Amino acid sequence: MAKKLTPKQRAERRKIVFSGVMAACVLGAGASAYLPLHMRWETLLRPPGALAEKDMLASCIKCGQCVQVCPVEAIKLADGEGGYGIGVPYIDARTQACDFACDTPQCVLACPTGSLSHHIDAKEQVNMGKARLSRPDACLARQGQGFKGKARGDDFPGIHRYIKVDRWNPIKIADHPYDLELCDLCVRECPIKGAISMQPLSADQPEDDKRRTPVVDDKCVGCGMCEMICPLEKTAIVIDLHREGPKV
Amino acid sequence: MRGIYQSLRTLLGADPRRLKKTEFTQAAQEMLALKNQPEERKKRIAMIREEKAGPRLSFTHNSFKWRKWRWASIILVNLLFVISYHFDVQLVEGALTASRFVGFHMADLNSSLQVMLAHKKMLVNLVIGTVTVGILWWLVGGRAFCSWACPYHLLSELAEMLHLWLASKGWIKDFPLDRRMRTVLYVLFALMALLSGYTIFESISPVGILSRAVIYGGGVALTWVVFLLLVEVFLVRRFWCRYVCPIGMTYGFLGSVSPLVVEYDLEACLHEGECRAVCLVPHVLEMTKKNRAEDVHLDVGADCTRCGMCLEACPTGALKFKLRGTGGLL
Repeated sequence: MAKKLTPKQRAERRKIVFSGVMAACVLGAGASAYLPLHMRWETLLRPPGALAEKDMLASCIKCGQCVQVCPVEAIKLADGEGGYGIGVPYIDARTQACDFACDTPQCVLACPTGSLSHHIDAKEQVNMGKARLSRPDACLARQGQGFKGKARGDDFPGIHRYIKVDRWNPIKIADHPYDLELCDLCVRECPIKGAISMQPLSADQPEDDKRRTPVVDDKCVGCGMCEMICPLEKTAIVIDLHREGPKV
Repeated sequence: MRGIYQSLRTLLGADPRRLKKTEFTQAAQEMLALKNQPEERKKRIAMIREEKAGPRLSFTHNSFKWRKWRWASIILVNLLFVISYHFDVQLVEGALTASRFVGFHMADLNSSLQVMLAHKKMLVNLVIGTVTVGILWWLVGGRAFCSWACPYHLLSELAEMLHLWLASKGWIKDFPLDRRMRTVLYVLFALMALLSGYTIFESISPVGILSRAVIYGGGVALTWVVFLLLVEVFLVRRFWCRYVCPIGMTYGFLGSVSPLVVEYDLEACLHEGECRAVCLVPHVLEMTKKNRAEDVHLDVGADCTRCGMCLEACPTGALKFKLRGTGGLL
């Protein structure tokens, strides 16, 4: 038979149960913030120098110093997006890519925890991902078409440090119109030497056939500059994420 | 040493213990005997009557000076981050979890603890930052971080005011929880970081969320902060700060050996309980209950946030800030 409890004991028991419920709510909230990351429901491009995803998530202290130093303001802190990896930095390359004009990425230098690896001493060692021609049929170069005008239209707010304009200060892409006989924007604006090049469609292509295709080399670090600059309504080139960390 | 042990016990959630007669000092025993004499009693009751007849405290009253300073401090600390970023003055870059103060690494103790547990590596920058921040908050009293810098604390204070007002109208009731819950959660948060390899606590820490929201702009994570505030208004007074926050607990450990403390003076105390009524952590003011102080002067324990509310609430000045080890010079 159950022992009869005094009102005070009953109140105490209620208090403990209620405390347990509230503690469980807090832990549940924590778990729900972790689950989407664990299940990889959504994956995002991490800033240059990011460690392998698991180490990156473990070591990021979510301070946003990388956000603050980025010269082109490419880095954002995840919130609802990015599987609720709240406070973890990411880059939405189509909106604003890392233009990779830093000699050593500023975000890497700023990171206090080495989440963006401190072992990187050249930007070529970065391994954010690799570009891939996702819509070859839409690619202007593959149709032999040129491009004239502003790469992303009048209203596009994205910025870029054009080496020929000003090496240190970014300008709006909308303020830098192009006039190209054959569209080669992804190759032209790529910050990594030899990462992407224009090649004939086939070895036996006749000389008067202007058509070319962008070919991505393993040197590609996945900064996303080509994805941002692609002038089509919907980009023809995207970044496939690498999740194994820098090439050091 | 016994004082530190007791204050850590209380910090971890133990109820303050009733002391045995032999544990009281001679001076305290004499003082309590004196206070229990009929004419002394009468005198004190008269003092309380006189005080109750006087004007009620209000926010504009001078005795809210500590709160004004404190709120100014919280706003200033968080504003410095915002100004540094938006006006590019590079004074304190980062957020409350980790930052650079004119180039020097700073890191929140609990945040770096979580990162090191999740990452399983000692990170030199974090160690430097943590030690720097640790020394700073140790000097001014550990949990002083909570009441002098934490942005959530400020919102929570406002929620508490609303809670107390609603409770005074009889519309809601406070549901106090078991304080041991914070210790259990502290251990669980540490284990979760260790096992999952992700700083799970950071994603639900309203301190980090608010700090980043103020600096970088808010998002859906703020709904969690709003939810917590609603709990505090309608259900549990100061839910997060009292019963959950491991940041406060980490700073509490530091505060147990901090030189800056609130000191209690048994002689001046009228045992009205005004201090406990305003205190975020009233269990540290157990000695202000009658016949509970084992000495005539006692230091308030580790969980104290050095907010100064009790100093303002006390009508007789029985609670004062003190720097330990200066022989009462300061």
